[in-house]
Amino acid sequence: MTNTSALRIVWIYPDLLSTYGDQGNALILKRRAELRGIPTETVHVYSSDPVPEQGDIYLLGGGEDRPQILAAERLRADGGLARAAARGACVFAVCAGYQIIGESYGDDESNPLPGVGILDIRSGRGQSRAVGEIVADVDPALGVGRITGFENHQGRTAIGPSAKPLSTTVRGIGNDDRTEGAYQGQVLGTYLHGPALPRNPELADLLLRWRVGPLAPLAPSWGERLHDERLAAGMR
Amino acid sequence: MSELPLRAQLASVLGRSAAGLSRATGRGDGSVIGGRVALKVEPDLLAKLARGRRLALVSATNGKTTTTRLIAQALREFGDVATNEFGANMPTGHITALSDNQSAVNGVLEVDEKYLPQVLIATQPAFVVLMNLSRDQMDRASEINLLAKKWRVALGKSNAHVIANADDPLVAWAGLGAPNATWVSAGQRWKEDSWCCPECGGHLKRDVDPYWECPECGLARPETTWAVDNDSDVLLTPEGQRLKLRMNLPGDANRANAAIAAATAAGYGIHPERTLERLREVTSVAGRYTSVVTMGVEVRLLLSKNPAGWLESFAVLDPPRTPVILAVNAQVPDGKDTSWLWDVDYTVLRDRRVFVMGERRTDLALRLETDGVQFEVAERVDEVLGRLKADQPDITKVDLIANYTAFQQIRTAYGRVQ
Repeated sequence: MTNTSALRIVWIYPDLLSTYGDQGNALILKRRAELRGIPTETVHVYSSDPVPEQGDIYLLGGGEDRPQILAAERLRADGGLARAAARGACVFAVCAGYQIIGESYGDDESNPLPGVGILDIRSGRGQSRAVGEIVADVDPALGVGRITGFENHQGRTAIGPSAKPLSTTVRGIGNDDRTEGAYQGQVLGTYLHGPALPRNPELADLLLRWRVGPLAPLAPSWGERLHDERLAAGMR
Repeated sequence: MSELPLRAQLASVLGRSAAGLSRATGRGDGSVIGGRVALKVEPDLLAKLARGRRLALVSATNGKTTTTRLIAQALREFGDVATNEFGANMPTGHITALSDNQSAVNGVLEVDEKYLPQVLIATQPAFVVLMNLSRDQMDRASEINLLAKKWRVALGKSNAHVIANADDPLVAWAGLGAPNATWVSAGQRWKEDSWCCPECGGHLKRDVDPYWECPECGLARPETTWAVDNDSDVLLTPEGQRLKLRMNLPGDANRANAAIAAATAAGYGIHPERTLERLREVTSVAGRYTSVVTMGVEVRLLLSKNPAGWLESFAVLDPPRTPVILAVNAQVPDGKDTSWLWDVDYTVLRDRRVFVMGERRTDLALRLETDGVQFEVAERVDEVLGRLKADQPDITKVDLIANYTAFQQIRTAYGRVQ
């Protein structure tokens, strides 16, 4: 991390948590920042490396059961992500990454395992797998509107008093059939897996706004087209 | 046929009539329906049909159909081969393949990754041939770590001789569960699903391709006796020969498939030099790699279903002046989730003319825009060719990369070219 003025995007453990095009979130944040003249620096942190504490936006992706457990163990042992979050950094986590930044999550036999503990949620395993397109209305306080994505998980998540639901589920399962995702300060998690930010440009801009303040508007492009197209498909 | 018990004979005959009906009515090639009917009548039919043969089972995420075809081509040296060359790779398809050719002693069956353990138990094959495992259609497929574990356990209980790619850590770990193995250095371009040790989860040390080892538990790439040298297009044999490959199927992925096929054929007693001669006769596999000429332009059809496959296809594209069409659908056979498009690096396409097609072309459009690749959106292949010819009347070649149903739609439009 040499450039002190650049927006520092830190992708946590692409070797363990990168299952569904999770790279897309890092790429779209970089693009939407740079289109506005904000320089960025992206760092890939592998599971054998320490997590740097001076990042702006930390990204965690999805993973299979075993890599998820390994990632949680390594993040807890390292401590860097928890220190960054305590400092006020933004964390955006999807799917398996969402579960492990919570207080606890369930392994493949539903035993509770400790999470990183930076988001007040507790996850376990549901009776059935949630697979398919999902549509949800984001908490109006965040100014994001309706989001769409693809979910593929067996987790069910309960939100504790310190966190708020990210959104209300319109189609799909999300946390529990009623709400989808959670946030607490600038720590935000969702079951919309993989390229959740490319599919929802407003959500990407929320994270950027948290870090750099008000943003110049961008001319609508393919991201907005895709968002509208998937919204229409998701509501059919 | 006469060696099968009566009930199995009946099941086999019924299955074949159903398959014939399916073909006659133009509903399919008959491989799935035939097997389904037969299985209803005789649940142990697969085991009975397999008895007394020397079978090779072929499984992987990518290259199953092609490698099955290559091995069958080599084994025809000895006469008839029972094989599911239309890619019906579940037990119903295996039953049809074996029923259709009951006199063949040798057989090669392509097996869906998930079904490998049960087909292994049912057929007791002489060889199990394994090439690669990577992320693929994850809304309906199994997690690959889990898959590798199931392979490993099933191989540990069988007497089959494994022929496997040592350069893919997940495949090697599964194959190491077998009592006997022949290891091939067949390469691995896509590494994003194998940074972690399959045994203990440690971060693998992969400093010098193709070697890998786990610094935490010591698991390491097994020593190989066969190898591909992509740069010089050579197959290295256990006897130390360097044989020119000169395949008529393009790319490193097919060099890998050919090497695996040669190692398997050697297990049946065919000399690799002879095998390679036979493999060169294969120019397309179920329409893949074939070209159709339309409006005076040669369109080469490349089927790629997942990130590893797209990476391999990018590597075989013609020189940059050749335009490329990318076509993506998200129907059930494709996987309904297009997230995988974000795992592929498209920056290699920056210097050529690119068209996007298919039901999910908007996903592709955003993906290319994000990678700074110029592109045009189109509905159909002939529309693309019309636009190209308007700008460049002497254009002769176009490459087309499509995922499963997009590929089938285009192939059907040109008369199910083989």
